[in-house]
Formats: sequence, structure tokens, C-alpha cells
Amino acid sequence: MIKLEHINKTYYSGAPLHVLKGIDLNIEKGEMVSIMGASGSGKSTLLNILGILDIYDTGNYYLNNVLIKDLSEKKAATFRNTMIGFIFQSFNLIGFKNAMENVALPLYYQGVGRRKRNLIAMEYLDQMGLKDWSRHLPNELSGGQKQRVAIARALIAKPQVILADEPTGALDSKTSEEVIQILRDVNKEGMTTLIVTHEHSVAQATDKIIHLKDGVIENIATVGE
Amino acid sequence: MNIFDKENWAEIFSTIRKNKLRTFLTGFSISWGIFMFCILLSAGNGLRNGMLSNFEGRAVNRINFWGDRTSIPYRGFPDNRVLSLDERDLQLVRTQVPEAGEITPRTSNSVTASYGTLNVSCQFTGVNPEFKYINHIKILDNQGRFLNDIDMKAFRKVAVINEQMRTSLFKGENPVGKMFIAGGLSYTVIGVYDEESWGSQSYAYIPLTTAQMLYKKGWGYNNITLTLNGLQTEDDNTAFEKRFRTKLADLHIFDPEDNRAIGMWNALQNYLQFIGMFNGISAFIWIIGIGTLIAGIIGVSNIMLITVRERTREIGIRKALGAQPSSILGSILMESIFITSVFGYIGMFLGVGLGELVNTILQSPGMPEETASIFRNPTIDVPVAIGAMIVLIVSGLIAGYFPAWKAVKIPPVEAMRAE
Repeated sequence: MIKLEHINKTYYSGAPLHVLKGIDLNIEKGEMVSIMGASGSGKSTLLNILGILDIYDTGNYYLNNVLIKDLSEKKAATFRNTMIGFIFQSFNLIGFKNAMENVALPLYYQGVGRRKRNLIAMEYLDQMGLKDWSRHLPNELSGGQKQRVAIARALIAKPQVILADEPTGALDSKTSEEVIQILRDVNKEGMTTLIVTHEHSVAQATDKIIHLKDGVIENIATVGE
Repeated sequence: MNIFDKENWAEIFSTIRKNKLRTFLTGFSISWGIFMFCILLSAGNGLRNGMLSNFEGRAVNRINFWGDRTSIPYRGFPDNRVLSLDERDLQLVRTQVPEAGEITPRTSNSVTASYGTLNVSCQFTGVNPEFKYINHIKILDNQGRFLNDIDMKAFRKVAVINEQMRTSLFKGENPVGKMFIAGGLSYTVIGVYDEESWGSQSYAYIPLTTAQMLYKKGWGYNNITLTLNGLQTEDDNTAFEKRFRTKLADLHIFDPEDNRAIGMWNALQNYLQFIGMFNGISAFIWIIGIGTLIAGIIGVSNIMLITVRERTREIGIRKALGAQPSSILGSILMESIFITSVFGYIGMFLGVGLGELVNTILQSPGMPEETASIFRNPTIDVPVAIGAMIVLIVSGLIAGYFPAWKAVKIPPVEAMRAE
């Protein structure tokens, strides 16, 4: 599903910062993988590259056997919209849109009609147990609720890959567990899931843990062995 | 981005609804800019129209000349010699001045007019029937006629009086056909004409021939008035005056450089100077108007800049969810066009409307007539207002486009990091 060949990424704000130093990685379809590492190890950068939110300098990235390189903005937008569901630590909901509208947004960009996309959004919110909160604005929701809205939004376009960047970073342990459980359920439906985290409890819930250190993969551990 | 897509508009309206203050501020600066622009230009137009209306009654291409005293000795004649106009001058104007249109000599005399027990002092002016066209004399409805050729030939003692004279001498009565005594002779009123001077004196026009016979012993004129055709600029005018003076100098034998020998009052020159002055005022008003518009443009640009900055994070999120750059750019620009158009229209409506309202009040019967000669028809041409609006919309568009394009170009990760 995801294939990385020698990915390099350097940031040039001030002193050049070589964040990713030749990453090779293969993730099969339907896997649930966590990426762990200290701050600055490059794990978020890696995830952003996988999500086509950021560009890499050298190497090759194949998503579903398509080379993701030097894409036009238009193509990149289409891939993000149809192939990838992103979940962020800070939720990234649009503040002036209510839960339902936030969830429905990816479908708006697919050209789905308002009535239809709101109906679908309601179904997803219902799955997340947020049916009664559909008309609430993000700042009227708790952290766990916001993250569930964000997950619903990531799922609504039925992407092949879910990318979660510290999805529990802003949540307490109880809601963290709930969110992880949801992600597990999602994965069971066949969506390839990648979670960046620094919490062992979260990582333990995945199939595979990739340890990243200073821009290189230190080791890949299979959970439960 | 399709501008006819209902979905896009729904998305834009939801953004507008959720950002009322920002929308209001943008809109207000637009409305205010257009409103002030309209008001300024309307006021300028009103002032201009009012001042120009003072020229309305009279032909502006008019020259009036009269005999005065020479100031330079010439060909054996001493200075300080009195010159008088007579038939020969009239003949000269008729035959040697190709620019001349209507011509009338005039002779004036102050008399005391009485009717019944009332006496008023009155200025009698003897003129030709052509004078009607030179001075744009309007005979009031159902109030008789102006002088004609038969009055002239028959030396009739008839008078066309002004409204002031009708009021003070005849009170409420219809004066046409009535006889009154002036300077010991009885005159018949044949018409009442529209008052156009500001003074409140009584005036009456009588046939030139009658006036000449009674008050000038049958000879000479006080002055001659004629209209001029084909003179456009002040230079034309000065050149004409010089030519004309030379001809008169030949006739009356005085130094052509002696400008005091013949008195001349040139309405066109006066008018041209006036127009020049008002063009200056107009230009000034336009500069202020454009300044106001620029202030509006800066306001719009500023707010668009802030809007885009404020929305950078939102733009990042939208891009992460798969929004096409064109969709984001399009929605920001359409929002900008929509707001500027709607509020621009409101401002234009209010500005033009206020001008029309003031105009209506000025034209209402209760308004003193003097007001109309200062301020009249303070309205603005709608195409000008629309033009100003388009300028604002386009500048809003440009002001929104560049920051929006920049924001769209930022990688989503960075955009989402913005606060």
C-alpha cells in the first residue's frame, strides 16, 4: 500500500536541518502501524509526507503503486481527498462550521450535493456516538468529541489510508483509549492505518511499531511477539 | 470554480454568516467610500448647476457696448471727448461684423409710473423685438406678448413690464390692456415677462423707436447689444474685441488703443472665466472624491489582507481535506466580489438617493428662489457612481487575489500551523 524508497527531507529555515535520512519502508494494505520516536526524530514529518501535506527532497514514495512525486497542486488535492484520511493532534476542525458540516467537508470537495453529504455525515457521526452533537460548533465539544468528529471527517471519503498524528496527544487516558478503540475498529474494516505517537499504550494497540531516531528507522517491532 | 454552482454559493454564504463582523467591516468601508464619493460629486454638481443657472436667462455669447469718453488725443481731436452711438454704429454692426447674430440698440430712461393712486419709479428701456431672443425673455402664460415690428413702426406707446412692476403697480389685477401714466404720457401694457434679475426694481420694455423719439429727441442710442456666433475661447474673444474696437475707432475717429472710448461688457468672457473657475472647483472635488475612493480601496485591501491571514489555517485544513487550489481561491474572490458589490450598491443607492432627496426638497414650493441660484440639482450621473463601484470591486479583487494566492501556495502543514 505504502512504499518508501530512500526518502530524504531537509528543512532550510535557518540552519539546514536534515530531518529524514533515507527512509525505506513498506506497509501492506490493511496493516495498523505506529511510528514512535523522540521529539525531532522526524516522525511527524514522515507522516506529513505520507499524507502529501509536505514534500520530500529525494527518494520515491508510492501510494497504492502510484508514484507521489512532483504532483501538481490539483492532483495532490485529489489524492488527499480520495486516498487519505488525516487525523491531527489539534483536531483541525473549522471553527465556524458545526460538527456535521465539518464532517461533510471532504464530500463537498468531491462535488457531493449538500443534502446527500449531510446525510452521510450524520451516519458517520452516529457511528461515533455524536448524533446529538451534530449541530454543535467545535468549541462546544470536549476534546474526545472533537477528535471523534475529526475521525468521522477522515473516514467519510472512504480513504484507503488513515494517517493519525498524535491523535491522543491532547486527550486524557480514558478518552485516549476510546479513540484508539475507534481506530482499531476502522482498521478492521480494511483501512491501512498509521499512527504517530509517543505513548506506549497507543503503540501497543497497533500491529507494528516503527521506532524512528534522528531521521532513520532504528527498528521495526511486531507487537505481541 | 463555477460561479453558477449553488453549492459554492451556499459554502460562501455560510462563511459570510459565520464572520459577520468581518463582513460588516469590509462592507462598511465599501459603502462609505461610494457614499462619500457620490455625496461629494453631487454637492459639486449642485454648486455648479446652481451657479450656471444664473446664466440661464441670458445669452452668454452676448456683447454690450456704449459710447464713453476718449482718453487719448487722436488726429487733432482732444481727449475726454464724449462719443455717442447712433444709426452708423448699428449699420457697422450689421454690415461689418460677420459674427453678429441678433442686434438691438437700447436706450434707457428712468420715469415715474402711476396707475390709479399708486406711483412707482421705473426703468424704461427701448429695444427692438429681437431683444426677446438676446435676453431670452419669457412672457408669462396668458400675460400678453413681447414688442413687435408694428409697435416699432407706429411708435406705439406700449410697454412689456416685469413681474415686480405688475405686483407694485397693478397689485392683483391682470395688467394686460391696462393703461398707466409714465412721465406724463399714457402707455398700454401689452405683456408681462419673467423676472430674471435679482433686483426688485420695476422694469419695462418699450419700442426702441418710441423711446428714441420721446427721450432721445429721435437720435442716438444708449448702447447696442448683440449676440456673437462662432467664438469659442477666450483668445477668440479677445481677438474679436480688438477687431471690433478697430472698426469702431475708424467710425468715431479715436485711437484704436484707447480702450476707454467705447465701453464694452462681454458676457462670454465673463462666462468663460466662470466656467474656468468652476472647472477648477470640479477638478478639486474630483480629486477629493478619488481620494475618498482610494481610502475605500485601502480599507478593502486591508480587510482582505487580514481576512486571508485569518483564514490561512482554515485554508490549510481545507487543503488537507482535498480542496483544489482553484476552489479556495475562487471562494475567497467570489466572497470578495459579492460583499463589495452588495455593499457598494447600498452605498451608491444611499448616496444617489440622498442627492435626489435634497434635489426634491430644493424643488419644493416652500424653498426660497435664491437657493436655486446657489445650489441646484445636486445629483450624480449613475454611470459615474457605477464606475466608482467597479473600481472598488476590482481593487477588492486584486487586494484579495494576491494574499489568497500566497496562502494557497503554502504547504498545508505550514498553513495549519498559522494562528
